[in-house]
Amino acid sequence: MNTIIIGTAMLALCHLTGLFLGDVLGWAIGARANVGGVGIAMLMLVLIRLYMVKKGILGKKFEEGVNYWGAMYIPVVVAMAAQQNVVAALRGGHVALLAAVVTFTSCFCIISFMNRMESKESIEKGMAVIKDKEH
Amino acid sequence: MLEMLKAVTLHNGLVFAFAFIGVIMLMSQQLSRTLTFGRVHGSAIAILIGLGLAYWGGIETGGSKGLADVKIFAGVGLMGGAMFRDFAIVSTAFEVHAEEAARAGVVGFVALFIGTIVPFIIGASIAYAFGYTDAIAMTTIGAGAVTYIVGPVTGAAIGASSDLMALSIATGVIKAICVMVFTPVAAKFMRLQTPRAAMVFGGLAGTVSGVTAGLAATDRALVPYGALTATFHTGLGCLMCPSVLYLAVKAIFG
Repeated sequence: MNTIIIGTAMLALCHLTGLFLGDVLGWAIGARANVGGVGIAMLMLVLIRLYMVKKGILGKKFEEGVNYWGAMYIPVVVAMAAQQNVVAALRGGHVALLAAVVTFTSCFCIISFMNRMESKESIEKGMAVIKDKEH
Repeated sequence: MLEMLKAVTLHNGLVFAFAFIGVIMLMSQQLSRTLTFGRVHGSAIAILIGLGLAYWGGIETGGSKGLADVKIFAGVGLMGGAMFRDFAIVSTAFEVHAEEAARAGVVGFVALFIGTIVPFIIGASIAYAFGYTDAIAMTTIGAGAVTYIVGPVTGAAIGASSDLMALSIATGVIKAICVMVFTPVAAKFMRLQTPRAAMVFGGLAGTVSGVTAGLAATDRALVPYGALTATFHTGLGCLMCPSVLYLAVKAIFG
């Protein structure tokens, strides 16, 4: 169990199963798109990790096989940014520009409002979790 | 010699992309340290460079996939494409604190609904203000304001013309790029510091690309929580826009 490839294979299996279930869910509710496939895959991986920790079978090599890809995340996002259709975005005209800018500023304000409602205790707990991951 | 070097690069596109993106990351970290004294995150600079290169690629080739349309950089398309992106996002689930995620489940769900309805209403209203007064046009542009995938999916479902679809895609892409660029700038204002806050952000800001790049440029530890909700955003939009929301627009504006 405790090898890098088994970790990566488990990640791959969750990825495929999640996307498949997302497609099925989208088809079942008539959304014509994948509904939350990546999210489902993530939940599966969270549960598998919890199970393995509980059983005491989560090995270091196994973890490395997953965490390598987590570390590759930011470079992958940079590659993603490099293939956005920036030219079309800049040529979209007034309607597209205005709709996009008003939408994202409004959403940012709502986010700010919703996050300001978070209790002090919850913020402290949450920040502890984040700080823990940073080190 | 130069021909041989070019051939090796072309035949090993993905490997070349790893090297190329690595150099960009290294440069960005240096720029972050020397120019901004660490105030602007290295990843934020790298994403800006990426967007700049995408613009250059688009001008150079006339294609729609930025730098990836330039032959020698085709590997960047694979590295930053949906497959690798989703694989990397799923892997961050190993960092998720299950208790924190569960605690924010309900508020994340609420954020998802607001994040679909509010952009739709704003997009449709602005379309109306600019003279797009029929239900199909308003719905297609409103859907584009949700995400750039919801736009064309909705447009195709309700029979919108191709220039309307292009307009709705442009709206979604501009929104995604704005989220990428301005998330780190507005992080303090949005109180983006906890898993719960990241989940609210993921539900409301929409588009996996915008959310994940924005969070990456703000605080890498927040990424998995934002991704958890953001990945439901496009699905929910594709579900609601061509159905309930389209019918609502049609009922009001005919």
